[in-house]
Amino acid sequence: MLRISFWLQRLGQLLVVLLLVTFGVSLLLRLIPVDLATILLPVASEEERVILRTELGFDKGPIGYYLQWLGNFVQGDFGKIYFSGGTENVSDHLKAAMPRSLLLMVYTQILALSIAIPLGVLSAYRAGRRADKIISNSLFALSSIPNFAIALLLIIFIGVKLAWLPTLGYAPLADGVWEHFKYMIMPVISLSVGLITTYTRLLRADMIAALREDYVTMAASKGLSDRRILWRHVLRPSSVTLMTSAALSMGGLIGGAIVIESIFATYGVGFEVFAAIAGRQYVAMQSTVAVIALFYVFFNLVVDISSGFIDPRTRDRRVNA
Amino acid sequence: MSSLLSVKDMSINFDTPRGSLEAVRGVDIEIPAGMSVGIVGESGSGKTVMCRAAMGLLQGSNVKRSGTVVFDGHELTAMTKEQVRDLFGSGMAMIFQDPMTALNPVRRIGSQLSEGLRLRLGMSKADALARSKELLELVRIPNAAAVMKSFPYQLSGGMRQRVMIAIAIACNPKLLFADEPTTALDVTVQAQILQLLRELREDLKMSMVLVTHDLGVVAGNTDYVAVMYAGEIVEYAPTTKLFADMRMPYTKALLESIPKIDHKSGTRLDVIEGRLPNPTDRGAGCSFAPRCKFAKEKCHEEHPELKRDPDGHLYRCWFPIGEAL
Repeated sequence: MLRISFWLQRLGQLLVVLLLVTFGVSLLLRLIPVDLATILLPVASEEERVILRTELGFDKGPIGYYLQWLGNFVQGDFGKIYFSGGTENVSDHLKAAMPRSLLLMVYTQILALSIAIPLGVLSAYRAGRRADKIISNSLFALSSIPNFAIALLLIIFIGVKLAWLPTLGYAPLADGVWEHFKYMIMPVISLSVGLITTYTRLLRADMIAALREDYVTMAASKGLSDRRILWRHVLRPSSVTLMTSAALSMGGLIGGAIVIESIFATYGVGFEVFAAIAGRQYVAMQSTVAVIALFYVFFNLVVDISSGFIDPRTRDRRVNA
Repeated sequence: MSSLLSVKDMSINFDTPRGSLEAVRGVDIEIPAGMSVGIVGESGSGKTVMCRAAMGLLQGSNVKRSGTVVFDGHELTAMTKEQVRDLFGSGMAMIFQDPMTALNPVRRIGSQLSEGLRLRLGMSKADALARSKELLELVRIPNAAAVMKSFPYQLSGGMRQRVMIAIAIACNPKLLFADEPTTALDVTVQAQILQLLRELREDLKMSMVLVTHDLGVVAGNTDYVAVMYAGEIVEYAPTTKLFADMRMPYTKALLESIPKIDHKSGTRLDVIEGRLPNPTDRGAGCSFAPRCKFAKEKCHEEHPELKRDPDGHLYRCWFPIGEAL
């Protein structure tokens, strides 16, 4: 009972966040000191612009405009992108871009976590010794290379010199698994490197702290092997920070992989944001940002739920709070 | 008398940025089979470090150890970590001071308790769980089935300590190290836990090393007492003998610092002035000399060796109490 009311409250909070973010973006749009209709339709007649103003609600005040946009948004009408030759639906663009971004994000997370968790466990276990120093220093060096530089290096060596992988474009899973991965491998590696460093460091720090706890000595005194102690007793209580960071970067990868998506012409959601800004497609920008915000909030909720499974204390603290 | 655990000339040093810290210095101690031995001393005297080192639980690259530990015919100090580990559970087990931090916060009691049974005794999951429930009943936990499914934070301190005892005795150890098992508990719960340990020790024929800073706890629960000060054993005797005839001024001071029921209110407690010597820089003389009421010039200059009375009473003092000067 208490648990249900907690989650309702949490959902309510997240809804407020979403409303604030979308209203903020909407307000910023209205603060631009130009006539939006003129920008969207630079060569149209004044009559056409008047029609557009009424259609989009530019003639109303900021709140009226926001409410109209919100009403359309929740019904799945994300607005249009305006060309000299006509219009395209933002929702069609997102439908094409979203699977690319989601898959890119999922692969990146899987790769980053499956490398970072063993590295973090190992370097915490061997803290201060050679293995730890090698891991820490090489990750530090790697993380100082920006991801676009890694992307370019991969393109030069793997794409051009060795010609193992295509350097541009995207193939959906429907074209075959290998065909799909050929295009994903290099973007995923470029995006993972930074995350691996972050994740490894977070996990290492939390595990070193946990390894000093009495319950670790207690587990050892039961005659458990070091391996079992590390993976079964220490990893789980140490992974809450890591999971939080991973979930936040999921939101970030959905809309924030702009540079990598542009370099490899993956054309995901990040690229849509970039294209909307560059093309002054303000309505498209507003709706795309709203979708990204939705993902952030969703992954936050996932963390909240999963941290209750990782550490039952947080679950009951909520109930008691 | 055969001894179950025999520690010879054990020294433990920790490398710290401020130099080498001597936590334990040349400790010799025998734990006779079937007996209970108390180790008493104030915080920082090296009791806990000594126990953990005896069991081989001290980890870290900054630990330097020397000396030998023989348990039940096995020379632990000559064995690999894996070989020593095989003795845990059914050979040696340990109870920790703070039941709040010594149980894994994110795992259910049942899984923490049955884990050792499955791994060390090779029980099936169902058998281990059934045995775990019996163990919880053995340490008098009411409603054992529900406790099996609980997380540690859902239990009271006394209950947690009972769970820890259940985990420690799960594989029927020959020797139980109890490191301040009652320090973190209320006085009434303390008495119950000590009572429980006494009974379990008799039923399971366990030897026990009871580490405490409380001479009162030692009095009713041990056969022998070792008093530690600044990493050394300074007095060792059968418990009754020690209380009847203390030779070491430190032990006496420790006893006098316990408040007594017949003290008039307003009486000042006899505290031991000063504090433990700096463990990175021990002086030349007796470690207790700077705080000793009876210290003479010799005490500050020469380090006393352990002396043995004909009846086996050991003490480390140039001018023991009750000796003509």
